[in-house]
Amino acid sequence: MDSESKLINLTIDGTEVSVPEGTTILKAAERLGIVIPRYCWHPGLSAPAQCRMCLVEVEGWPKPQPACVQQVQDGMVVNTDCVEARKARRGVIEFLLLNHPLDCPICDAAGQCMLQDYAHETGQLRRRAVEAKVVLGRDHVTPEIVYFADRCILCTRCVRFMDEIAQEPVLQVINRGHKGYIDTMTDELFEHPFSMNIVDVCPVGALVNEDFLFKARSWDLDQTASICPGCSQGCNVALGTKENRVVRLKPRFNPEVNSYWMCDHGRREVVRWGAGMRAEVPLVREAERLVPADWARALDATVEALRGVEGGAKAIVDPGASNESLYIVRRLMDQVGFDGGSFRVSSGPQQVLKGFPKLALREDRAANASGAEALGYGRVDDIYGAVRSHRGVLFVLEEGLDDAPEDFADGSALFVYIGSVLSPAARKADIVLPSPSFAEMDGTFTNFEGRVQRFTQGLRPPGLARPIWMSGSVVLARLGGGEPFTSAAAAFAALAEEFTAFSGLSYEKIGLTGAVSAAAESGATAS
Amino acid sequence: MAYPYEHPREERMLSRYFGEVDAIGIDGWIERGGYTALEKALGTAQDDVIQVVKDSGLRGRGGAGFPAGLKWSFMPKDGKAPSYVACNADESEPGTFKDRELMRWTPHQVIEGIIIASYAVRAQHAYIYIRGEFVDIVRVLNGAVVEAYERGYLGMNILGSGYDLDLTVHTGAGAYIAGEETGLLNSLEGRRAEPRVKPPFPAQKGAFGMPTTVNNVETLASVPHIVLNGADWYRQWGTEKSPGTKLFSCCGHLQRPGNYEVPLDFSLKELVYDLCGGPPEGRELLGVIPGGSSVPILTVDELDCEVSYEGIEAAGSFLGSGGLIAMDDSTCMVRAVRRMVEFYAHESCGQCTPCREGTSWLTKILRRIERGDGREEDIPLLLDVGSNMAGSTICPLSDSAAVPVVSSIQKFEDEYMAHIRDGSCTAKR
Repeated sequence: MDSESKLINLTIDGTEVSVPEGTTILKAAERLGIVIPRYCWHPGLSAPAQCRMCLVEVEGWPKPQPACVQQVQDGMVVNTDCVEARKARRGVIEFLLLNHPLDCPICDAAGQCMLQDYAHETGQLRRRAVEAKVVLGRDHVTPEIVYFADRCILCTRCVRFMDEIAQEPVLQVINRGHKGYIDTMTDELFEHPFSMNIVDVCPVGALVNEDFLFKARSWDLDQTASICPGCSQGCNVALGTKENRVVRLKPRFNPEVNSYWMCDHGRREVVRWGAGMRAEVPLVREAERLVPADWARALDATVEALRGVEGGAKAIVDPGASNESLYIVRRLMDQVGFDGGSFRVSSGPQQVLKGFPKLALREDRAANASGAEALGYGRVDDIYGAVRSHRGVLFVLEEGLDDAPEDFADGSALFVYIGSVLSPAARKADIVLPSPSFAEMDGTFTNFEGRVQRFTQGLRPPGLARPIWMSGSVVLARLGGGEPFTSAAAAFAALAEEFTAFSGLSYEKIGLTGAVSAAAESGATAS
Repeated sequence: MAYPYEHPREERMLSRYFGEVDAIGIDGWIERGGYTALEKALGTAQDDVIQVVKDSGLRGRGGAGFPAGLKWSFMPKDGKAPSYVACNADESEPGTFKDRELMRWTPHQVIEGIIIASYAVRAQHAYIYIRGEFVDIVRVLNGAVVEAYERGYLGMNILGSGYDLDLTVHTGAGAYIAGEETGLLNSLEGRRAEPRVKPPFPAQKGAFGMPTTVNNVETLASVPHIVLNGADWYRQWGTEKSPGTKLFSCCGHLQRPGNYEVPLDFSLKELVYDLCGGPPEGRELLGVIPGGSSVPILTVDELDCEVSYEGIEAAGSFLGSGGLIAMDDSTCMVRAVRRMVEFYAHESCGQCTPCREGTSWLTKILRRIERGDGREEDIPLLLDVGSNMAGSTICPLSDSAAVPVVSSIQKFEDEYMAHIRDGSCTAKR
């Protein structure tokens, strides 16, 4: 048998195209850049062909065909924008708007709504229906998700997500025909670790996240490609930001990591990220008091303090810190003698997404434990025990130190705190270098399977906060450790030279979907 | 008890024993020649059974009229996968009540047909999917199935032939759309009775994802006669394209409503005026729906045709399920159509947008016209909504709902206009 599948030649809107046998008209059209309108079809779900929005004309066929399921045939001539197809689409839009409340001004989905888009596209001057609209109402389906039944177009994407991907078929169409609506069979709220994906798949504003409700208009959000820091899975996400705050997180398609999905835990985590009293300026200890300083003074103090200090360097790092930050701290430690760095990882139960088992909310609730390990830090249960009675330099990177013992860092010759929030223990530092949260800078995380993925800056960091790969590299340069880095990419390039887990990788290679280094991959296969 | 609606001009092949209580039990049925067709079939190669049904020209009696033998021949012959036969006894088309009588009076005629069909298509399990409202009929069938097991017509090694078959009677839960064959299969599997996208067709992927043949009760009941007497014998009735006899469930404004079995070349006009006795005294017929509410209405002037599939089609309607509904001049056509469309709005499964929304919109417009709040532009609106609903959905329910609206406007527009312009009704009460 020929391993290559057979190619089918057909014509779509006057252009010839060749696609593998079994391709649908909808997919074949996308190759030509023709987007056939659709509601019920979603790339990650089965195709029930029920919204009838994607009807197209196939010349010589008696009826318009649903492009989402109709497979291509040799010599087929498809028209997606002819009179017949347009009439079918206009008809469907008119039907959908019969009872739709058109409450776009207060709808969360306005601006990102497929009904709005297509209704606009097929625009009708006059409404032909004089009948009163049916008013249904709204209700919670989970404690966080509200269902607006009036807006629902019954595409069943949410039902199919719960059935096929979550594999917990809790949602159903209740009743039939025009009396149908979406609910659980028992009329009770349901809970599922991946429930918020039903909000993402909803093509209209029927399912909305109460947390986001009335927070922002979708068009006011800036979108930034990022990585969810909620666990070691490393879901690719888009940060939705407004007025320098992250207001929501949406999954970004990556077939290798998270497909179209992500868990609820990650979404809840990120909107809390960077909250609290932020460290905004460098602080330097002078006569037992921490006093604000500008970067020139802070760096001078750091360089001076590190010169000639004895007793080696230990570190406590946070596994949510980027590879670049971890790398610079490691280099600074090397300057005075690396004596071991440790981190702890908070954990929770693993939750696998059954219909896409590559994706799970991992036990490790930190984004970069793998990266920290690759850079020579060790995972320990008791981070404080590892530095007790340490007499040399102590670096702490982003670890909150909320539960530090009274005598924490008391014996250290020098305590440098690099982080974004200052706990009482962090205030014992000799030098505080304020750093941005992950959403406020560029960087990379290494996920649980060694995949290195980039995140990009979505927010302005507060005050004078500056990434440690930048400020630390200046210190290094002055201590004789090479040139300062002017970008996260340069910091990563140096890191990739030095550590085999990253060898051969660069920001270009990683792109926006991530990459695994050849060394890490062969290591993985060898073990 | 004699069956109340007999007429000497009938050709009673299927309905011969209607009214004979003795024919219901298996002993009475065997006395009347029952299960001899099964014996003959089991001694014949499967493909030869399919061939004789093909040659007979028997067409599906559920409504679509698809050739039964051809449908059977789509089933895989390798016997690798489990395969099924489903007898469609959902009989939900408004105006149709022939399958109910076939099962009530001659359950073994139906069961024998199912066993022969199952043997021919190499199925190991057959189902009778029957509408749940037929509580009494379900009892009759269950009793008949037990009898058939006891006599060795069902179960392992049927009549020593080596062929095994189980038969299960499965009751529906009250949905019109469960009578659509793929909706039936979903319902049989315990899902919502929502029609499936075709292809794949049931013969490729039917019940439980396996090859399945779905046939109407009347189709299957005709099979033993054909197997026993041959294709040529069956072709003595009807026309080239529509051989055999067919039961017509006649209801509405008729002197003698009921089930009548006639050859398919019988005259529709005579069926209505002679067998059924025409409209009640002092009334004129307004129109006749010949094949269940899903087919276009014929006016009295259009009744001069054969009841064959092609004959009624030429007259402008369809044979459908054979559910004939007669309406006399006391009928308000707008109201009758509104009631029919209301039914479809109630029964739409709601998957496809045009059907879900269109059926309820049509109902609302018709209600408005009926109560005298219609507008002249509602007529073109009804027609356009109907055309947006037709041919654009997974199953034909959407088309069915548009049919009475469109055909009644074409033929009885005056009645609509009377409601719209004068707020009056042309019905003679």
